[in-house]
Amino acid sequence: MPHITPSLTSAPTRTGGVVTARGLTKRYGDFTAVDGIDFEVAPGESFGFLGPNGAGKSTTMSMIGGVLTRTGGELNVMGLDPDREGPRVRAHLGVVPQQDNLDEEIKVRDNLYVYGRYFGLKRAYLKPKIDELLDFAQLTDKAGERVDALSGGMKRRLTIARSLVNDPQILLLDEPTTGLDPQARHILWDRLFRLKEQGTTLLVTTHFMDEAEQLCDRLIVVDHGRIMAEGSPSELIRDYSTREVLEVRFGSDANAAAAQTLKGLGERQEILADRILIYAGDGEAALAQVLARGLTPVASLVRRSSLEDVFLHLTGRSLVD
Amino acid sequence: MTQARLAVELVPESRPFGALYGRNITAVMQRSWMATKNATWVVIVSGFLEPVLYLASMGYGLGAAIGTVQGPGGVPMSYAAYIAPALLATSAMNGALYDSNNMFFKLNHSKLYRVMLYTSLGPLDVAIGEIIMALLRGLLYALGFMSIAALAGLITSPWALLMIPGAVLIAFSFASLFMGCITFIKRFQQLDWINMLTMPMFLFSATFFPLSVYPQAVQVVIQALPLWHGVDMLRQFAAGQVDSSVLVHLAYFVVMALLGITLATGRLRKLFLR
Ligand SMILES: Nc1ncnc2c1ncn2[C@@H]1O[C@H](COP(=O)(O)OP(=O)(O)OP(=O)(O)O)[C@@H](O)[C@H]1O
Ligand SMILES: [Mg+2]
Repeated sequence: MPHITPSLTSAPTRTGGVVTARGLTKRYGDFTAVDGIDFEVAPGESFGFLGPNGAGKSTTMSMIGGVLTRTGGELNVMGLDPDREGPRVRAHLGVVPQQDNLDEEIKVRDNLYVYGRYFGLKRAYLKPKIDELLDFAQLTDKAGERVDALSGGMKRRLTIARSLVNDPQILLLDEPTTGLDPQARHILWDRLFRLKEQGTTLLVTTHFMDEAEQLCDRLIVVDHGRIMAEGSPSELIRDYSTREVLEVRFGSDANAAAAQTLKGLGERQEILADRILIYAGDGEAALAQVLARGLTPVASLVRRSSLEDVFLHLTGRSLVD
Repeated sequence: MTQARLAVELVPESRPFGALYGRNITAVMQRSWMATKNATWVVIVSGFLEPVLYLASMGYGLGAAIGTVQGPGGVPMSYAAYIAPALLATSAMNGALYDSNNMFFKLNHSKLYRVMLYTSLGPLDVAIGEIIMALLRGLLYALGFMSIAALAGLITSPWALLMIPGAVLIAFSFASLFMGCITFIKRFQQLDWINMLTMPMFLFSATFFPLSVYPQAVQVVIQALPLWHGVDMLRQFAAGQVDSSVLVHLAYFVVMALLGITLATGRLRKLFLR
């Protein structure tokens, strides 16, 4: 698969980004985890990093927070260099790490209180703030419990609530909804949307395309530490996929043979282990052609293109394997 | 809303140690206090009981057979009074050891220090906050032990009151050094290495009998180790026979504490703020 030169990475001209990266690089020995990426996040924007495991998403987040020193390139967060002014940068940040790291030795409410104290916030500010955050996370009735008495999803919500204690201007969310049930995910997306309306800048990593589509104004698709494409979800789908996709299944043994017969159908095809994806402006028409070629799929489905298809096109790999 | 931002703006542009110190040690201590309140008090009580039990069994049991011994400056004292300051010094060390095991947990398992350092706190806040808490516990134990010793009639000189700050200094220095050492340890089993050093130190640092029973070469080794300095210092205070060697002991602990804090701060920075 040849690398597609991303259109926007070469020269973003917009100024006044709250987070700006130029040639941002992180190497571990010989291994390059983040390979010279450029991006700029505007104030109040919701910006996503979409990529598979090991793409370098968390590494990028850590560099923004100033807890991981970059190997090369420039990075600017609210006018500050996170490597040199870590504590000052972090005072503006809310961080939701990929893995919950709550304080299990103290109670739910105290987790929020103490975390606020780490930022030097005063008790008078924290008391009402914590009630508000407990309500936000729907944990008001668990306030007096120890953290180990919470379910996984509750812990996640507490982690997110905790990240808001200092009223951050920028929220770093590393796979925020991992471990949440569908309802909780939607509630969280709604809450994040409200924060965004209040002017908080969101930086979100995810490998769920529905999450990226829901949350992000703009996103970069990353793989092996490089930017593969950049744009809004709809732009990306428009640029890197067709309007519709036809998915046909023939059973795993018959897949390869069917693929031979289907050659040339649609604008593009992806032959996966269990199904064939045919990219076409009109999925139903493509299905008619499949049948016209004498094939009878075990199952077929016409759907709109998603970021998953964009990713498949750009990398030749599925996002969630 | 604005208050948080205000707090942010209060952080000066740049200052010395800006990346190391967030001027917020109390937040670390507050967290530690909350955790202590939730912890099992058994552990805390056992730390207090340990030296008391030693004093009861060795001091009075063994002491009945031994009778009176020669303390600092040739002053005769009961065997219980002779070992009491040594037990206090040891309990200061053991308290610090126990805390360092907790620190290991917070470093490697609960990732607490990582969380702290991902806020506005610096490694110096974390190191000093944790060490001060270890020190306060040392103070509590010292007060408890001293009350028992006083009730048992083992406190005979006003100098003995100096044992309290003395024990706190010992706890402080050990906690600093242990915290520095703990940052190199990766697995639970390796914690026993520290135990393997403290146990013989407890037995041989002139705790139960004077240093003069050893050959000269062994004496030199023991005198290089920290616990002996603690035992000798507290024993001089207990007997009210204080000479200039106390200054050496004090200097030893101050240097040890500074080394420990520098090591711990540097290591925390290296581990988490790469
Ligand atoms: N401390 C480290 N030493 C060496 N390599 C590392 C280290 N941390 C991360 N890496 C490597 O850097 C790459 C990027 O890791 P990163 O955690 O940023 O990926 P990610 O995009 O967040 O993946 P995931 O979706 O699985 O969370 C991976 O290949 C990982 O193995
Ligand atoms: Mg990650």
